[in-house]
Amino acid sequence: MAEQNNPQECSIQILLDKCTGCTLCVKSCPFGAITMQDKKAVIDLGKCTLCGACVATCKFKAIELTTCKVQPKADLGAYKGVWVFAEQKKGEVQSVVYELLGKGRELANDLGTELACILIGEGMEGKAVELFSRGADKVYLVEDPKLKNYMDEPYTNVIVELVKEFKPEILLYGATSIGRSLASRVAVKLYTGLTADCTGLAIDKEKKLLLQTRPAFGGNIMATIVCENYRPQMSTVRHKVFKEAVADKARTGQVIKKSYPGNLYDSRTKLLEIKEEESATANLTEANIIVSGGRGLGKPENFKIIEELAKVLGGAVGASRSAVDAEWIPYSHQVGQTGKTVCPKIYFACGISGQIQHLAGMSSSDIIIAINKDPLAPIFSVATYGIVGDLNEVVPALTQKFREILKK
Amino acid sequence: MMDYLLTEQQIMVRDLARKIAKEKIAPVAAEHDEKETFPWDIMKVMAESDLCGVYIEEKYGGLGGGAMELCLVTEELSRACGGIAICFAATALGTYPIILFGNDEQKQKYLPDIASGKKLAAFALTEAGAGSDAGAIATTARKEGDYYVLNGVKQWITNGGEAEVYSVIAMTDREKGARGASFFIVEKGTHGFDFGKKEKKLGIRASATRELVFNECKVHKDNLLGREGMGFIVAMKTFDKSRPGVAAQAVGIAQGALDHAVKYSRERKQFGKTISSFQGLQFMIADMATQIEAARALTYAVARMVDSGARDVSKESAMVKLFASDTAMKVTTDAIQVLGGYGYMRDYPVEKYMRDAKITQIYEGTNQIQRNIIALEVLKEQLRK
Amino acid sequence: MNIIVCIKQVPDTQDIRINPETNTLMREGVQSIINPFDMYAIEEALRIKEKLGGKITVICMGPQQADAALREAVSMGVDEMVLMCDRAFAGSDTWATSYTLAKGIQKLGKFDLIICGKQAIDGDTAQVGPGIAATLDIPQVTYVKKTEEIKEDMARFEKMTEEGFEVIETPLPCLITVVKEINIPRLPSLKGKIRAKQAPVTTLTAKDIDAEPGKLGLKGSPTVVKKVFTPPKRTGGQILQGDTNEVVNKLVEALKDMVVAAGKT
Repeated sequence: MAEQNNPQECSIQILLDKCTGCTLCVKSCPFGAITMQDKKAVIDLGKCTLCGACVATCKFKAIELTTCKVQPKADLGAYKGVWVFAEQKKGEVQSVVYELLGKGRELANDLGTELACILIGEGMEGKAVELFSRGADKVYLVEDPKLKNYMDEPYTNVIVELVKEFKPEILLYGATSIGRSLASRVAVKLYTGLTADCTGLAIDKEKKLLLQTRPAFGGNIMATIVCENYRPQMSTVRHKVFKEAVADKARTGQVIKKSYPGNLYDSRTKLLEIKEEESATANLTEANIIVSGGRGLGKPENFKIIEELAKVLGGAVGASRSAVDAEWIPYSHQVGQTGKTVCPKIYFACGISGQIQHLAGMSSSDIIIAINKDPLAPIFSVATYGIVGDLNEVVPALTQKFREILKK
Repeated sequence: MMDYLLTEQQIMVRDLARKIAKEKIAPVAAEHDEKETFPWDIMKVMAESDLCGVYIEEKYGGLGGGAMELCLVTEELSRACGGIAICFAATALGTYPIILFGNDEQKQKYLPDIASGKKLAAFALTEAGAGSDAGAIATTARKEGDYYVLNGVKQWITNGGEAEVYSVIAMTDREKGARGASFFIVEKGTHGFDFGKKEKKLGIRASATRELVFNECKVHKDNLLGREGMGFIVAMKTFDKSRPGVAAQAVGIAQGALDHAVKYSRERKQFGKTISSFQGLQFMIADMATQIEAARALTYAVARMVDSGARDVSKESAMVKLFASDTAMKVTTDAIQVLGGYGYMRDYPVEKYMRDAKITQIYEGTNQIQRNIIALEVLKEQLRK
Repeated sequence: MNIIVCIKQVPDTQDIRINPETNTLMREGVQSIINPFDMYAIEEALRIKEKLGGKITVICMGPQQADAALREAVSMGVDEMVLMCDRAFAGSDTWATSYTLAKGIQKLGKFDLIICGKQAIDGDTAQVGPGIAATLDIPQVTYVKKTEEIKEDMARFEKMTEEGFEVIETPLPCLITVVKEINIPRLPSLKGKIRAKQAPVTTLTAKDIDAEPGKLGLKGSPTVVKKVFTPPKRTGGQILQGDTNEVVNKLVEALKDMVVAAGKT
């Protein structure tokens, strides 16, 4: 157990005789914890999180990070297989699951192991076929009327039991509102690591470790995270980050049904009502095309031209924070750090200057089109195509042109 | 930033006002200006932040500050919108007669609600025939038993119609001329007290300016401020205290315009360079900044003089109002020049600063009147020597 | 009602700029602020207290400087503040952070409701709220956009989902995480600021919270950052030239195939 370790402290220090004052580490520190004093690096331990970014950049091996050796918590070798939590809503498996199966298959192949799904709900057995065709070798199925809709506690209990019994080495979840809440609880109960919103997953073949890469600081830096001594290695992944697995109808697999004592299915919270709203909320994260408007629209009525273009293209309507703050459009449309993160195929930014918090929410879109009258707007630095001009002219003209082409 | 050696509390007041200006006022300033709507949204924020009573004594629910705190808040708010700032500053102007000449009952009755932001106040002197010539006031107050009966029309009253508490000057004894005027506290809703139409203005369009109409309006004698015949003293002493506030408004407007101009000059490119790299423009910015700092220094100096309890500050408060408002006019005009054609367009906020600045040269005594006061005082001083 | 609000101090990303040459973060002059989502948590706590009375304690794990974030919360009207500060906490991942905060909260005694922002803007994990709830073994409602009803021993919340929202009833004590839609945070008041200046901060160190040392900080963290790097810069952008007609034609030409394809999937 970790707590029985020699309580040797983790520490970081600058080896003054080796430090040349080159300042490489200062620039590398994502937390601004390193400064130069008398031409030597000094680490502010109040800000340092011991992430080790500086150690990697120092060419002179002048930074020493002592990480306390943690004994592996469990018999790591006993954990085998890659699992995907097959999130369902109203009995339908969510498309993010197929994306996870696509990536999961790769990981399983690299490890030479099997790929399995956890499927929880009521009357879900028929859905296993689709999971097999998308690459799963096994489906662990747990069914009960109490499990019909997702609830934090019973779903956590079921997954914890399954993991304890079958010991997967990797467990992936969609970074949905369900996946994030669930995975966090499971991680605590199992005492294992969880990495949120991974944009890259790969296997370190030598160590058989999962390399989890994720953005931080609104996408301004990337971090690769590992979970060496705990199992399973768990990640959440946003929708549309990975490609969906191609269905192969010929594939089959094994359904393993499990059931547990009824009290494991109990929930202290009660779901009273599910309300679906006829708004862009849902299709914003799902949409292939998003047309967003910002303060450059000038007035709230101008959102109409945004909506028209979105309609012709079959896309969703997004907005910048300042347009939402000005109450031109509801918060559910907000794209950016304090709103939704999206990655459509095509993203139109109309009259959006491109503040960092907006870029954080959309810069991973495949193609970005910026329309702005200010040629210096930061949005142009991420745009695939930029148009400097009056959006009140450009957008309606685009709508008209696409309408002709798409014959709508 | 020049160090004005503000107290810890003053820094707190300034920073909070700055936060409100930046986060709450700046996003809505253009809309209130365009639609000429009264900024109740901001007044509510001001109330929740305890800023309404910075210049009111602690025992009446205020923060216990004085003219300096009033100036700091007015300046910061004006940096985002001179029109919204004046809704706050005009309340101070309407409240000063009560602070300076009210008895304890009057203070107990009115100040806590003003300090908490529950009520706004207004100051009513100007009439159609009496602006700079305050002696020509035609509104009368006739004594009848325990009451005074007011008749007449006040013109261009800031916060008119929106405020609950009005400090109103009226003639109680026409025979005595200037010595026959008295100040009354009149509450909105008093029988015979009504409002005329809302005026359409060049600037400070978020603020409300209306006529006050008194038609056989009965006001209890308990609402007389000071004694009968003290009206002009009340008015003059009030102006002495409040003129630094107008100066602060002017400084804030000028600073706000400069902020925009500097930002623009660093973004706008011509001939392949930002226009801020051209010396002609740098000189303009240097002059604007220097003038503002001089106006600010004078404003704070006079505000501190007022707060020190100096007996006679007429000359100094006239000077600061004159200098700061002329500075604001000059700086805001130059700010438009920096932005060129963009500055002239309503899409950019700078033209609004110029429209807002103009009033500071006019109200609470035109700058010509200020010069009269200053000259008179300077000449008197010479005589005394 | 005893309410605990968990807050984090983060760099203001609005201030952060990217150096276009080195593609690294420029941190000069970047201010530390309360994580914006935590502001909604503080505001919701204040509103619930205004209705039901009680006490709000704000708790923050971080360096000594995080004291400023706590005082800002007090200036908005929070009653008490607790700073969890110890070298032993450094390097905590979300697991260790959840554990540490949960231990700190247990030390504070009885509580009815814990409120967290939905996530912190520097890490964006959204894991610590549910992590605390799981460590304390209390129910959780994440992504709350409205408090429908709250009483002594139960509450009903609207939880935002991808499709709309769910109405969830929970016994108290419980933990909720809140989204931006729930309220508009108030600004601090002067009287609050004056109080915040003088109010005492309770500091909790590793020793104070009866934690197992092996579960704290880097040592107690299952995940470890192996490498930090700046993402490759997005390149290849072009500004379309010409009058409106020309640029629109050029753009439509470039996008045509993709738009048609996107419509089919």
